Amino acid sequence: MIRALGWVLRRDLLLAFRRRGDVVNALVFFVIVVSLFPLGVGPEASQLRNMAPGVLWVAALLACMLSLARLFAPDHQDGTLEQMLLAGEPLVVLVMGKVIAHWLVSGLPLVLMAPLLGLQFDLPADALAVLCVSLLIGTPLLSLIGAVGAALTLGVRGSGVLVALLVLPLYVPVLIFGAGSVGATAAGTGAEAHLLLLGGFLALALVLAPWASAAALRIAME
Amino acid sequence: MLEARELECTRGERRLFSGLSFRLGAGQLLRVAGANGSGKTSLLRIMCGLLLPSAGELRWRGRPIRAEREEYSRNLVFIGHLNALKDDLTALENLQVAAALGGMPTDAGRMRAALDRFGVAHCAELPTKILSQGQRRRVTLARLALSPAVPLWILDEPFSALDVGAVVELERLLAAHLASAGMVVLTTHQEVQVVAQAEQRIDLDVHTAVLLAA
Repeated sequence: MIRALGWVLRRDLLLAFRRRGDVVNALVFFVIVVSLFPLGVGPEASQLRNMAPGVLWVAALLACMLSLARLFAPDHQDGTLEQMLLAGEPLVVLVMGKVIAHWLVSGLPLVLMAPLLGLQFDLPADALAVLCVSLLIGTPLLSLIGAVGAALTLGVRGSGVLVALLVLPLYVPVLIFGAGSVGATAAGTGAEAHLLLLGGFLALALVLAPWASAAALRIAME
Repeated sequence: MLEARELECTRGERRLFSGLSFRLGAGQLLRVAGANGSGKTSLLRIMCGLLLPSAGELRWRGRPIRAEREEYSRNLVFIGHLNALKDDLTALENLQVAAALGGMPTDAGRMRAALDRFGVAHCAELPTKILSQGQRRRVTLARLALSPAVPLWILDEPFSALDVGAVVELERLLAAHLASAGMVVLTTHQEVQVVAQAEQRIDLDVHTAVLLAA
């Protein structure tokens, strides 16, 4: 089982590496959206500091959603998804491999980039650290929830908009607690509660989302 | 070993076939014939467990295939009309991933030998997007050369896009598989000679005709 997961992970990372442009696109989108805000709103430091958590989190969420279309659709088109459904390993395990690859390729770069962008908003060091931690817990959550949405809308026309409609309501709590944790640090109330709740969501999604995605994929392939 | 009872398939509003029963034992070849749109691919997908029949059931060694999905999947190779190759991976990498998903060893030597059977060993290091249609089909079919021990082969139009040499090679491979008590299900529009101890034929046009008359 671990071997099959490893091969799916390796395959998806290799594909992402060979198609670097797609990966860079989402990251560039993140950087541009976040960087435009200080230019548009003006250079007043206190105002920027207040809106920084929200802006960074919303941009990360949208960047993550941009890449959801590439999670299952290409494999569906060339028939490799069919072969995964017929693999001798549980589909849940293979889906987990794909989600991990998706996070490594489109979630982790956002986490690494965020503190740098946070500097543009004059965030203090402790808030930057919390921002990183909240994204580190939150972006895998975005990938897991997104996988369910991507699997449900597989092969549907106009699936881009549909994914957004399906997935955004589930992204809202992640956004609230993610951005809230950074805001709470800045306000001096401490971020533990927010981060613990995010961690709880992540644990729940780790258990449920791969099963839901696998079931949705089986339905989509019928 | 593979037994179908009263299978029925409905796509949308249209009933493609119903009351389809057969038994496929070791060393037997099952040819599925029928005009375009008569439900050949649907039948094959039902046999793989990708599609749920609207009625009837399939049993593998006496047990419903839905009950032990992974176990059944380990006993079959399915080659659909899509090649299931990733354009950006090399032929070798594609084959390795396929072997890993099938629970088989992935050492490069075995992969190259399989590619060599279909005369595409020289393409092993090339990304499959630059290969011709026929070469891509050969890379896909190399999975069969890897899987002599997998009993059930389900092949949807395996001969399409192949040249004469590859057709002969595939015929030989299928005959060898059948001779060693394997089972083959295939659809094809070409006249191909596959030597089998026992051959069955399902003509979906006949089934459709029965439906229309009823």
